[in-house]
Amino acid sequence: MSATEAPPAPPEKPDVRKPSARRRLVPYWLLLPGILWLLVFFALPMVYQASTSVQTGSLEKGFEVTWHFRTYWDALAEYYPQFVRSLLYAGTATLLCLLLGYPLAYLIAFKAGRWRNLVLVLVVAPFFTSFLIRTLAWKTILADGGAVVDVMNTLHVLDVTAWLGWTESNRVLATPMAVVCGLTYNFLPFMILPLYTSLDRIDGRLHEAARDLYATPATTFRKVTLPLSMPGVVSGTLLTFIPASGDYVNAELLGSTDTKMVGSVIQTQFLRVLDYPTAAALSFILMAVVLLVVTVYIRRSGTEDLV
Amino acid sequence: MPVLRWIRRNLVVLAGLLTLAYMILPNIVVMVFSFNKPNGRFNYAWQRFSLDAWKDPCGVADLCGSLSLSLRIAFWATIGATALGTMIAFALVRYRFRARGAINSLIFLPMAMPEVVMAASLLTLFLNMGAQLGFWTVLIAHIMFCLSFVVTAVKARVMSMDPRLEEAARDLYAGPVQTFVRVTLPIAAPGIAAGALLAFALSFDDFIITNFNAGSTVTFPMFVWGSAQRGTPVQINVIGTAMFVIAVAVVLAGQLVANRRRSNARK
Repeated sequence: MSATEAPPAPPEKPDVRKPSARRRLVPYWLLLPGILWLLVFFALPMVYQASTSVQTGSLEKGFEVTWHFRTYWDALAEYYPQFVRSLLYAGTATLLCLLLGYPLAYLIAFKAGRWRNLVLVLVVAPFFTSFLIRTLAWKTILADGGAVVDVMNTLHVLDVTAWLGWTESNRVLATPMAVVCGLTYNFLPFMILPLYTSLDRIDGRLHEAARDLYATPATTFRKVTLPLSMPGVVSGTLLTFIPASGDYVNAELLGSTDTKMVGSVIQTQFLRVLDYPTAAALSFILMAVVLLVVTVYIRRSGTEDLV
Repeated sequence: MPVLRWIRRNLVVLAGLLTLAYMILPNIVVMVFSFNKPNGRFNYAWQRFSLDAWKDPCGVADLCGSLSLSLRIAFWATIGATALGTMIAFALVRYRFRARGAINSLIFLPMAMPEVVMAASLLTLFLNMGAQLGFWTVLIAHIMFCLSFVVTAVKARVMSMDPRLEEAARDLYAGPVQTFVRVTLPIAAPGIAAGALLAFALSFDDFIITNFNAGSTVTFPMFVWGSAQRGTPVQINVIGTAMFVIAVAVVLAGQLVANRRRSNARK
């Protein structure tokens, strides 16, 4: 074929269209790196984990996918106490966070006046010291023969809590109460901040209106403040419950072998026993349970636009 | 009884202050015990006052090395997560595109997942790829879990922006780049700064994901964790206290500057 002139290029589309086509691509370029990061390092690992959970084998010979679903059953049968305990402790801590956090959020939003910023700083301030160091401080506070245990002993509170199985008759450390106390402490700010945000949004004139209509303070709270703060309650409980259910730091530092949570088991299986399928199965079950709880909770509370 | 009536009237305030005390108490303990001279290896019981640890904060092997490693990881994780997160936030607020729902849930899910699940699954990926665990795997993990928080913080700010400001800039013949740099970015800056601060704090203090993916590398939280088994040096409390004091000072200074600027603007 002789070299001839190249066929005439197709007539270019009018220039005006080009920038708009490029503009349509802008969001995709903006999204690409971040979304790719999440896909590769968040979504893909989930797939790998799902596959690992149905593998069998040993560390020496290697693992192979054998669709061995029994791992799930065996893991649940062996570790259900830790599972139940995790949900129980996390639930209790979430409830305590709500009971303790609500008054403080209310105080900041409505009563603090010119102290508001200072109190807010004090709420966030604990964050500035590593949470592990602060959790270790609870070892000192709850120590055997320490002030807290002494007071509880003299007031015979310890007898009651020991009877309930929350503590032992002479100590608090290494008991369920210590773990729940640590969990509550660690996740309180995650409850208070969303509560404060939603309380702060409430129009003060609504309170005046309620008072003008002869509502008692209690009625005002029940009929006006509480319903309007529900978005904060929902996101606060989620932000507390989710990390608390998978936490193993408090259970390991403040608890004993009788207070181990499922996070400890996953960590031990993965990093020490090196039984990857069991660890993967446990972690998958935890994920499923938490997602189920979260979805049902969000549906029932009717605030689906949390994100 | 007037006392009882006073208590009843201020019940909310009292309960709130009690909660505040509960939250602050451990910090006070950490601070006080940084001046302790313990007898054994563990710093849990008060013995006597001493300034030894303050005079020699790096006196424990590997402590300051782990601290500087944590600071370096937090620095790069903040830069990475803030850059990627800000881009996503702008795309979500300003543009229409396909698969918005799927992208929204991909961003929400890491925040609705117990850390240990992400930690374990990420380690599975790294093991399968045969990746060398260490600085890079930790950095990758930190950018991953900080990203969603940055997106949320920046998105909130960009959404509350008045689009007319940018229209005004365009009407005054500012090009797209100029509009972005001189108008959009300054207005979005507080949101970006909040996201970056959050990312730094989350990364610096992270333990669970790091513990799974660090291999034999030791960050500061991992050092503290290890010391809970081996014996807690007083220097840990010194560093905890110093971090606390520096951070509170920075926050208060920022408040002061903001207040002064506001009163200047009023003049």
